[in-house]
Amino acid sequence: MTQASLVRQITDFANRADPYPLYEELRRTPVLHEEEGGPYVISSYYDIEGLLHDPRISSDAANLAAAGEDDISQAENTGLPPSFLRLDPPEHDRLRRIANSAFGPPHRPRRVENMRGEMAGIVTELIDGLADTRQIDLVDQFAYPFPVTVICRLLGVPRDDEPRFRSWVDPLVATLDPETRKTADAEFVKAAQEARMQLGMYLAGLVEERTKEPRDDLLSDLVHSQGPDGSMTMMEVLSTAVLLLIAGHETTVNLITNGMLTLLRHPDVLQRLRTEPGLSVRIVEELLRYEPPVQIVPQRTCIADIEVRGVTIPKGSRLWLVLAAGNRDPERFKEPGRFDPDREDIQHLGFGSGIHSCFGAPLARLETQIALTELARRLENPRLAEDPPPYRQNAVLRGPRHLNITFDAWR
Amino acid sequence: MPADHVERLRREGRIVIVGASLAGLRAAETLRAEGFAGELTLIGDEPYEPYDRPPLSKSVLLGKASPLHTELPHRWEVDAKWRLGVAAAGLDLTAGRVRLADGDEVEYDRLLIATGVRARPWPKEEEARLDGVCLLRTREDAADLYRRLRAGPRRVFVIGAGFAGSEVASACREMGIAVTVAERAGAPLVGALGGVIGAVAAGLQTENGVDLRTHVTVTSLEGDPVGRVRAVHLSDESVVEADVVVVSLGSLRNTEWLAGSGLGAGPRGIACDAGCRAFDFRGIVTDDVFVAGDVARSPHALFGYQFLSLEHWGNAVAQAETAAHNMICHGAERRPHLWMPAFWSSMFGVNIKSVGVPPMGEQLMITQGSLAERRFVGVYGHQGRMIAAVSFDNTRWLEFYQRQIERGAPFPVEFPTMDRRPEGLRPVAADFPDPSLPTHGPTVTLSGYSPADQQLVFHPARH
Repeated sequence: MTQASLVRQITDFANRADPYPLYEELRRTPVLHEEEGGPYVISSYYDIEGLLHDPRISSDAANLAAAGEDDISQAENTGLPPSFLRLDPPEHDRLRRIANSAFGPPHRPRRVENMRGEMAGIVTELIDGLADTRQIDLVDQFAYPFPVTVICRLLGVPRDDEPRFRSWVDPLVATLDPETRKTADAEFVKAAQEARMQLGMYLAGLVEERTKEPRDDLLSDLVHSQGPDGSMTMMEVLSTAVLLLIAGHETTVNLITNGMLTLLRHPDVLQRLRTEPGLSVRIVEELLRYEPPVQIVPQRTCIADIEVRGVTIPKGSRLWLVLAAGNRDPERFKEPGRFDPDREDIQHLGFGSGIHSCFGAPLARLETQIALTELARRLENPRLAEDPPPYRQNAVLRGPRHLNITFDAWR
Repeated sequence: MPADHVERLRREGRIVIVGASLAGLRAAETLRAEGFAGELTLIGDEPYEPYDRPPLSKSVLLGKASPLHTELPHRWEVDAKWRLGVAAAGLDLTAGRVRLADGDEVEYDRLLIATGVRARPWPKEEEARLDGVCLLRTREDAADLYRRLRAGPRRVFVIGAGFAGSEVASACREMGIAVTVAERAGAPLVGALGGVIGAVAAGLQTENGVDLRTHVTVTSLEGDPVGRVRAVHLSDESVVEADVVVVSLGSLRNTEWLAGSGLGAGPRGIACDAGCRAFDFRGIVTDDVFVAGDVARSPHALFGYQFLSLEHWGNAVAQAETAAHNMICHGAERRPHLWMPAFWSSMFGVNIKSVGVPPMGEQLMITQGSLAERRFVGVYGHQGRMIAAVSFDNTRWLEFYQRQIERGAPFPVEFPTMDRRPEGLRPVAADFPDPSLPTHGPTVTLSGYSPADQQLVFHPARH
């Protein structure tokens, strides 16, 4: 195996089911730079953590483009301004603060927690809806519809419109995959642009409704926000809404699916969860370390020369922060390859760290805790129909495309 | 020390911890976690199990937390004899005995002193006794002050605009209570963060409706005929009527009980080596007496081996853990206390955090954000290296600056940062009222990528 092909192997679909041996190899060269113009790949926990707090690292879409991006960056060029995920301070801070005042503490401390009952209701409905089947595809029948329904209710997007926005979201998510980016043709770029525009226009319609008649949902709060940071422009509301709608469910689908897959591979833990629902909190934290839904952060550039482990990364270079490799770094975690919800020391990188740390983390945590607890409680003797399951193409947002489960009965 | 002696100590020794607060509790937990199986005694002058203090000047005053429920969670089971509500009154180093205020005596093989600090009272005793004159250090102080704020005083007067005083003023404003703050220096927080940042804090206070008086001292407190405080007289001859006065003049170290013991203890704390072993008054290190927390003064390698006394929450925890570890291990296994000084505060809706030792800084650069927006990171420089950083509403960046300080990064900061504004392009005088400039000497940095393999690296002085 030659060193020069390591990044390609990671993005290669053939290795999607188990990239962890590749990550282990990656960590042997903590700062990997395989080809001229290619990214610097960072895979050790402490280095990633350090860079996520480094003010010389930019997330700005403009800097990223200057760093020699692939053609597909045009796909994001649709007239909508970049979301706060692709901005640096002070703009990032301003937009994130406004969004947060509609979502979390100190202004709306209980917004997520108050959805607990509603979430449990959706989960119950989905499981009850299984009727007398004894085999399901967990992704299509549970792990996808659940977080989609939740984010729709939270934002105030009609659930019935899901098939419409799904057809726009899918091409957008595909643009995040390094492999797709490399092979994208003009048609694909055009389709992605189109999708983003369509999604933006669809949300603009909803935003207009909320401007006239606010309701108790996040869209209304974004439209009407008026704090010390002022308010968002209409375009800012739209790009924030696009971000929240996509990030609000794409990753959670994978977290829930990876979670159930891991539990089925560790039946002792699954058994404990049946009788000890409180364990779900620890299980979800360990999952975020062990099988994080976001495996790589590929959107960072250096605005200065930066030294990492004796290697100088030149100003203007692109970085890939391989969170999933850092999460299994033996320098940081004892027995990192072991799934152990009893771990005391679990400061994982699953939600990133620093100013861009996952905005929706409280929501994703609660959704996954409820989902896994209920699946463990209600499915009798569940088992995997195939292992490993078929995976989705994406190396950045990694998760099974299907997860076929058989069981004896459900309660 | 022969190996079997340490083994016996771990198995059946007697360890006494004087001071049952944060440092005392964490030390006790560490001793047990590291396998100490002998007899453990904790002595505390307050009648409670250890509790957390940071909420007392913040959420407790706002009624968001009960002063009675800020207990510190136990991280490990501590099997110990608790002697609460009785102060230590003396120490016999030769006999290895702690004398208690009730006349009892406790023998030890190893002693940890973690008696902390107490609030500096108003110096004129008669005035200090007036009803409405408060301190804020203990749980009872907080309960009392909370009750008085709830009663809706017409005006609160805070003497001293350090962190505690400023936090009290912030709580008052949040509750809609009129408040006057008097500060001897030119701005709040000047001693901790210098005049440039102090000016930002001053703006924060006045904009939030605090009647801030600087460059003044309080000359006397005036009571009414029934002994309640009524007014405060200031050095500029003004008089402010107030029915609650909060004395926030810093702290005194609880070392009086050690007078005559032969230990190197005094008003500035108890001197100890980097391994937390106390010095006696001759400057000789003791073998069996250790110190941790606010009362300790220990040399810090990163800061020119200056003896630092840090009244920081994190320091109490880290130093207690190091002291406890060193108490029950062989000499070669001892660890130095290398904690990076750090503290945080919140006032008027702003989070303030600092790492390093800002008062050692001569100059300041705003490397991110802007003073005018009150969201920024400022870096302090000392003799060409980065020595500290402070953030207002920008906490998440500080970890980066901490690493820079640990590695002796140069100052002024030359690299570009996100959100760097024109004001941050060159250093300005940090403007501490009384800068203490240590002599030029060799420097030491912490190296290693993970905290687990951090080690000291000695760099000889450049001539």
